[in-house]
Amino acid sequence: MLTFVALASVLLLGIVPEQTEGIAIYTGWERHALLGSDIRLSCSFFSWRMTSEDVTFSWTYRPDGSRDSISIFHYGGGVAYVDNKGPFRDRVEFVGNPSRRDGSILIKNLDYNDNGTFTCDAKNPPDIVGRPSSVRLLVFEKVPIQAGVITGAIIGVVLGLLVLIVVIYYLMRFLVARRVFSLSVSKHGKKKKEGSQARQGPVPPADPTKVKAAASEKKKQESRKDKK
Amino acid sequence: MLLILLGVLIMHLVILILLIVSTAASAWSVGGDMSTDLWYNCMTSNGGYHCKPASSEDWIQAVQALMILSLLFCFFSLIVFVFQLFKLVKGGRFFFTAIFQILASVFVMCAAIIYTVMSPDDGSVKFGYAYVLAWVAFPLSLISGFIYIVLRKKE
Repeated sequence: MLTFVALASVLLLGIVPEQTEGIAIYTGWERHALLGSDIRLSCSFFSWRMTSEDVTFSWTYRPDGSRDSISIFHYGGGVAYVDNKGPFRDRVEFVGNPSRRDGSILIKNLDYNDNGTFTCDAKNPPDIVGRPSSVRLLVFEKVPIQAGVITGAIIGVVLGLLVLIVVIYYLMRFLVARRVFSLSVSKHGKKKKEGSQARQGPVPPADPTKVKAAASEKKKQESRKDKK
Repeated sequence: MLLILLGVLIMHLVILILLIVSTAASAWSVGGDMSTDLWYNCMTSNGGYHCKPASSEDWIQAVQALMILSLLFCFFSLIVFVFQLFKLVKGGRFFFTAIFQILASVFVMCAAIIYTVMSPDDGSVKFGYAYVLAWVAFPLSLISGFIYIVLRKKE
């Protein structure tokens, strides 16, 4: 009984403070785009409350090097209001889904003047306490390759080739030893083996393991005979 | 014989250390108060040391990849050398060790060549110690690889 009360109180204490956590808004950190292309700026939020019908999203824009923000988008009361006077007139489109907590916008035909910081603020009444989140837009003439992509690709390819070669080498040796492959090379191999036993080990890594492979094969054959 | 073995091992370790320092230190190009490449562009100015990540151009990334690969292959060849030292048949040659070491030297050569050709021509910017170490590591590792081809395990 006491343990039940203890557990229940822990659960209640655990839940109640979290309901006062506030709303958490997520956008990207930085977006790169090509001149003249379209970019989708995503904004979503997390809230302990159910998504209300009065959920609002607002986007503001602050150009690089300026201190003033201008509001470019607002969604409220089920209606989306886009910029019809400012720098983004006729270029903003609402592509989000408020019932799924998605307040993303699409900005079309980017220009160098669109470099700047876009801030998304979402409110989910009664959960309205939260920090707006910002995403920085960088417009390029040619999108630069991210650091480390080519490095990782080269390293991955070379190491992959190495692993492949080693696997193929051991596979070929295994198959030749098992006599699955009856290559014409095997005749030369046999001649080489007889010739080499007169001298001493021409291909050193091969010899001890070939002996081992032959020995293990003999053991397998013996065990098969025993089973029969 | 033990002396030769020790000498070869020490040479291999020296090459490994050269490769580590050359790859890790960001001092392929130095000039005045700045030292750049392979990973950071660092500048001492106004009593501070400011670093920002190196430019992510394709040739710098290729040099990074080749240096890391040569370091890995040199390390693999060291492990394979120790392995083959105990497992090799008497009188056998250290082929795998030699192959890895020669591949490492080829990669260092490629990295150094790419850097030499593609680094921007600036009057005040000279090549730094990490660049020199890379060029030193290339012939050393090639010689070490050839030594491993010639070396035979003693009866």
